[in-house]
Amino acid sequence: MACSFPEEVLEYVFSFLTSQKDRNAVSLVCKSWYEMERWCRKRIFVGNCYAVSPRIMIRRFPEVKSVELKGKPHFADFNLVPDGWGGYVYPWIVEIAKGYPWLEEIRLKRMVVTDESLELIAKSFKNFKVLVLSSCEGFSTDGLAAIAANCRNLRVLDLRECEVEDLSGHWLSHFPDTFTSLESLNIACLGSEVSFSALERLVARSPNLKTLRLNRTVPLEKLSKILQRAPQLVDFGTGAYSADVRSDVYSGLVDAFSGCKNLKSLSGFWDVTPAYLPVIYSVCSQLTSLNLSYATTQSPDLTKIVSQCHSLQRLVVLDYIEDTGLNTISMSCKDLRELVVFPSDPFVADAIVPLTEQGLVSVSYGCPKLQSVLYFCRQMSNSALISISKNRPNLTCFRLCIIEPRAPDYQTLEPLDIGFGSIVENCKQLTRLSMSGLLTDRVFEYIGTHAKKLDMLSIAFAGDSDLGLHHVLSGCDSLRKLEIRDCPFSDKALLANASKLERMRSLWMSSCYVSFGACKLLGQRMPGLNVEVIDERENINSIPDYVPVEKVYIYRTVSGQRFDMPDFVSIMGKDRDGVYNLS
Amino acid sequence: MSSETSTVTSEPPPAAVASVSSFNINDTELTLGLPGESRKSGAKRSFSVIMTDLNLGGTDPSDSECSVVTKSPPSRKQLVGWPPVRFSRKNTTKSDCKYVKVAVDGAPYLRKVDLELYSGYQQFLCAFEDLFSCFAIRNVSREMKLVDPANGVEYVPTYEDKDGDWMLVGDVPWKMFVESCKRIRLMKNSEAIK
Repeated sequence: MACSFPEEVLEYVFSFLTSQKDRNAVSLVCKSWYEMERWCRKRIFVGNCYAVSPRIMIRRFPEVKSVELKGKPHFADFNLVPDGWGGYVYPWIVEIAKGYPWLEEIRLKRMVVTDESLELIAKSFKNFKVLVLSSCEGFSTDGLAAIAANCRNLRVLDLRECEVEDLSGHWLSHFPDTFTSLESLNIACLGSEVSFSALERLVARSPNLKTLRLNRTVPLEKLSKILQRAPQLVDFGTGAYSADVRSDVYSGLVDAFSGCKNLKSLSGFWDVTPAYLPVIYSVCSQLTSLNLSYATTQSPDLTKIVSQCHSLQRLVVLDYIEDTGLNTISMSCKDLRELVVFPSDPFVADAIVPLTEQGLVSVSYGCPKLQSVLYFCRQMSNSALISISKNRPNLTCFRLCIIEPRAPDYQTLEPLDIGFGSIVENCKQLTRLSMSGLLTDRVFEYIGTHAKKLDMLSIAFAGDSDLGLHHVLSGCDSLRKLEIRDCPFSDKALLANASKLERMRSLWMSSCYVSFGACKLLGQRMPGLNVEVIDERENINSIPDYVPVEKVYIYRTVSGQRFDMPDFVSIMGKDRDGVYNLS
Repeated sequence: MSSETSTVTSEPPPAAVASVSSFNINDTELTLGLPGESRKSGAKRSFSVIMTDLNLGGTDPSDSECSVVTKSPPSRKQLVGWPPVRFSRKNTTKSDCKYVKVAVDGAPYLRKVDLELYSGYQQFLCAFEDLFSCFAIRNVSREMKLVDPANGVEYVPTYEDKDGDWMLVGDVPWKMFVESCKRIRLMKNSEAIK
């Protein structure tokens, strides 16, 4: 089939395709489209840094301006991945520095980023604009200083929940006086104090600054000065929100906030002094996003705020909001799309918290646009889950964490199978699901039957047998990420569904019953998979085949075995040269 | 604390507890095991906490052991990574650190301790041993005292509360103490103990 459109026209059409999925689909149409697409792809997303090598990426896509990489599996957020596992970005930066000298954007998630990497970024890319590090670790404020000092065109420096070795706040002063291009700065995760005057001067000379998220050390008394320098802010994160109550500070804040006509997102609020909360009332009605999840203040204070946030689309809050607060939200926040409720006291088993399943039911009833839920609570019932599913069939992301593992329906003491079953049956667009509570193999049967659009599933302390895992692997057509902990799943379902694993990004199983032997077999049979056994016991090689592994992480890859593994990680079924071992 | 001293056992304290006044300094050369256990040779320290049934104002069961000071609050046995909250969220019950100054009469400089790190008076006292390595901790009836064995000088731990009053450490439940304590002072007890 000859291509009748001139290339330039096709290229122009392709330039409107921004989603990776669309671009990938386009590249499969025919060889000439593949060629055209690869030359004009500007953004690359690599969901698993070990799935492909940087050289392969650079060879196929020579004109990339933006790279996004993810490293560790999601459960690393909860300390299930031992330190030293991997996810090092440095080898990628080395190759990218050679292959994409005009790279503008780097986004990394759950990767180990060293100061060396940051220094290499700082000096390799003359037009570097955007650095977003989410849940990364391994670097210090010295690395940030290198970025600040060298990236003349930097627009975005966004550190989201990173673990940074905080040597001092002095790094901020490395932004030169001629540096005026800053649009977004998020330093909320840093611990040490930055020079306030350096911060103030930076803000004052950044006319395009739209996002500013301060860290805890910036005192409340000084906040109004910052806001007065940047009334154009759209997204603002306060520092510690506590101070002795003083009328001059109070009125300064009231004036400063009311001057922020474009403010749409607020966060921060550590250590709240409730008396200062009303200063934000003037902007509440324009807020679309509000994160009060560090505000350790009680329901009445929280409720007073949210009741005024009529445009709110995203709310992150602690369970201090209580059912009553959620009820208020269900009546006041009709535009709500995403609700996140974190537990205030996660490790106390029998805490009495006036936040129950009822709060979630009310929000699901009252907020017609609610699509995404992350909810921690201490009791749940099948009837509540059924109500939620019927109220909100448009849910796309449903993550429920009942704090006590294997907690049954608190009313009937039955498993929560039919409740979650109802969720997957009614919410046909569901792409992400995390389950908890008492669950048998039945819930997995429901999931395998109904959850056809499910992309990511998280399971803990659930199921009875391999049948459960088999239902999921054989039934969930769209499943790409599966993470399982403490479930009685073993070898059978895994081996029976081996080919499914090549159509997924990754599978994580820890504290299950998958044996060493099964992992070896899987690794031998499936050359397109890395079957990583993560096991910190001694003398791994002498453990018999029938013994279950501590953790296994299986992912598809075209770059073969990796060579940066610590001694507690083994790639099974392949010898050291990456050839699969048939013995 | 060094790892070798984290040999906490789960045995209950022995029923017969030697009275404090009959202890001499040599008795304080202990491991962190409970009193009456055989001493493990590799795990000695010069001074350590005397494990008695302190029976302080609070009845926090975790007070019965002086475990390695950790950040995790005392509750039932914790599963790794459950519930799935990130570390940055682990302590949102209160501000996740409460540093207070600690002054010792006669010392040239002050120290700071984070009260949120400890789950009870026991752990807290262990920290004093680290900070001021010259102390042993003794308990006379319900009061806590710290002793410098070199000269027998006794120090009484006191704290300034929210009202500005100086109180004796140990009277109120631990959590109440953490809430109300603004700073700590180890006051020299003018009587020297022989």
